[in-house]
Amino acid sequence: MTILGKDLIGLAGLTREQITTILDVAEPLKAISERAIKKVPTLRGMTVVNLFFEPSTRTRISFEFAEKRMSADTVNVAAAASSVSKGETLVDTARNLEAMRIDMVVIRHPASGAARFLAERIESNVINAGDGTHEHPTQGLLDLLTLRDKLGSLDGKRICIVGDVLHSRVARSNIWGLQAMGAEVAVCGPRSLLPNAIREMGVQVFDRIEAAIEWADALNVLRLQLERMQLGYIPSLREYNRIFGVTRARLERAPRDLLILHPGPMNRGVEIDSDVADGPHSVILHQVTNGVAVRMAVLYLLAGNKASLADVAKGGAA
Amino acid sequence: MSAPLLLTGGRIVDPAQGMDAVGDLLIIDGKIASVGGTIQGPDGARRVDCSGLVVSPGMIDVHVHLREPGREEVETVASGAHAAAAGGFTAVAAMPNTKPVTDNQAMVGFVKRQGEAAGFARVYPYGAISVGQMGETLAEFGEMVAAGAVAVSDDGRPVENSHLMRTALEYAQTFGIPVVEHCEVMSLAHGGSMHEGVISARLGLKGIPSEAEEIDVMRCILLAKLTGGHIHLCHLSSKGSVELVRWGKDQGVNVTAEVCSHHISLTHEAVEGYDTNAKMNPPLRTQRDVEALQQGLKDGTIDLLVTDHAPHHYDEKEREFADAPNGIVGLETALGVNVTWLLESGVLTLSQLVDRMACLPAKVFHLPGGTLAKGSIGDVTVFDPSREWTVDPARFKSKGRNTPYGGRKLRGQAVRTIVGGRIVFELNG
Repeated sequence: MTILGKDLIGLAGLTREQITTILDVAEPLKAISERAIKKVPTLRGMTVVNLFFEPSTRTRISFEFAEKRMSADTVNVAAAASSVSKGETLVDTARNLEAMRIDMVVIRHPASGAARFLAERIESNVINAGDGTHEHPTQGLLDLLTLRDKLGSLDGKRICIVGDVLHSRVARSNIWGLQAMGAEVAVCGPRSLLPNAIREMGVQVFDRIEAAIEWADALNVLRLQLERMQLGYIPSLREYNRIFGVTRARLERAPRDLLILHPGPMNRGVEIDSDVADGPHSVILHQVTNGVAVRMAVLYLLAGNKASLADVAKGGAA
Repeated sequence: MSAPLLLTGGRIVDPAQGMDAVGDLLIIDGKIASVGGTIQGPDGARRVDCSGLVVSPGMIDVHVHLREPGREEVETVASGAHAAAAGGFTAVAAMPNTKPVTDNQAMVGFVKRQGEAAGFARVYPYGAISVGQMGETLAEFGEMVAAGAVAVSDDGRPVENSHLMRTALEYAQTFGIPVVEHCEVMSLAHGGSMHEGVISARLGLKGIPSEAEEIDVMRCILLAKLTGGHIHLCHLSSKGSVELVRWGKDQGVNVTAEVCSHHISLTHEAVEGYDTNAKMNPPLRTQRDVEALQQGLKDGTIDLLVTDHAPHHYDEKEREFADAPNGIVGLETALGVNVTWLLESGVLTLSQLVDRMACLPAKVFHLPGGTLAKGSIGDVTVFDPSREWTVDPARFKSKGRNTPYGGRKLRGQAVRTIVGGRIVFELNG
């Protein structure tokens, strides 16, 4: 299969056909996780390294389940992201791993562009599990799969991303993935947490959560990183919740049933109230289940698409 | 002293004398002895055929980083001066952000002597504005000037304290030197690593708004207005900065400004793919900015072209974008970039290009040269404005290879660089 290239770095630039194929491949893989024996031999003999330069529980475990259910051998590396000239460089870490003859790297890194940087320098397949504030493509894909499960086609559907879009890799992957699939995308949040150029990304902006709720078929509620307040982007979590919090009272005024997505982990009582997170509109646990299937699909589609050494040397591996 | 040198049959372009004609040029004892028409030349003169080439006053780059002392593995005064000569520059001014900072007469003297010992392009040291470039206490301008400093700057960072900047502008007048500011409001740039716009939004990189530069441009112009001092503004990158400088000049403020070759040729689109060789401070901005900078250069709002030559070791650039250092090398590509983007495209005439690369740098910084008038120093650039070549960083004389122009075809290349009547660079083949 060469639906994807060597790597999955982001959803930007992927076509509707490519994304549809990933979601279609994920569909039957969902069943594997529902069986008593949750294992297929597809990736037997392959070695996958989960290279995490940032703490992550959910994404790392989801990838690890996906890898194990496909029978890959997995190694988890929790590396400290070196900040400028301290410790081993990213490229050295990667080359050392590759010298141990691995097949794939799943990378999470605090720097935007880190996944692509790695992909251009090693032969192994690279899957971006979140690079800085750039992209988190498997999260985007599991959101798309969840929305497709619930809404059918995404054509013309209205999805609003709520919260800290400026610092969110989930937001970017969602915007490009949703747009490729024909959905209308909006964002809602304090202007201090939206990129200045957000409209140039083909996205509408809502300043009021009430207006977003009135417009949307689904809200994807982003986690508000608590350090944003210390850095002065918003005055307080309390005010954030009062103005932008997704609450039951606000949802009750919606003209139609809304789906509520959240990439987790949630700050209950900040960006989302508990009765919404646990309520009938929430598809948050469905997202988590889909995450494993989507990651299995990506592993499957990339396996075998290796670069030649010559391609890597040219930096044209993708 | 070397033998007399007679350059024959070149197109002599010297805007300082309003000259643009085919003719000969004779240099004796390191000085221009005769210029224009047919010159016989004394016995024993070395004759060099320059037909089909442009003969101009030696080009001067008033903004380079030569890294010595402190980072000799990255560049030395000698390797940088060699790179300058290979790029057609007969002189460069070396910024003082060395390790330790060039903030005293001993250090200034060291840089100057290293330049003289190297024997390529002339090297004029800058002194720091503040001790250690810490922005707190004025450095000893007087002693540094006596030791050879031609200007003062804390380049690499701004002088954030406005009282210190005011004092520097006043104190520098005693010695007749410009105060040279890297315009940036650090608290607004806020750790950004590229221009703030749609591309930074897409790439998820923290952006630096143009206003981070423009606010400091305005502050410096107003402080120059207050003090009557000469402020020279480094590496302008935005349309707004051009407009502010235009306003300042209209007000009669003693303000001069420079632009880098990369800012008149590339935009923030070069960062796509997280290319760390497109990372510099100030960052590459939009096409609108590029056009405004070109226009500012044409109408004289911006006085001169520079490189901001900033070598880095390859593995310092071989890393995550946000962590990679700012800056690119430029000495060996500047002439080609300037010819390609300014001359070929019709923004500047040949005479204007020579003016902004040779005459005005000398005038603004009160340096010798900048003209081929009889009696001037024998610094000459001989170049071929129509020669096409491909940038191969492996062939640079600079130790730095960090350029966004690698593999690009450029037009315009130095053929001979002459310093004090001595040929310090000659293009092979």
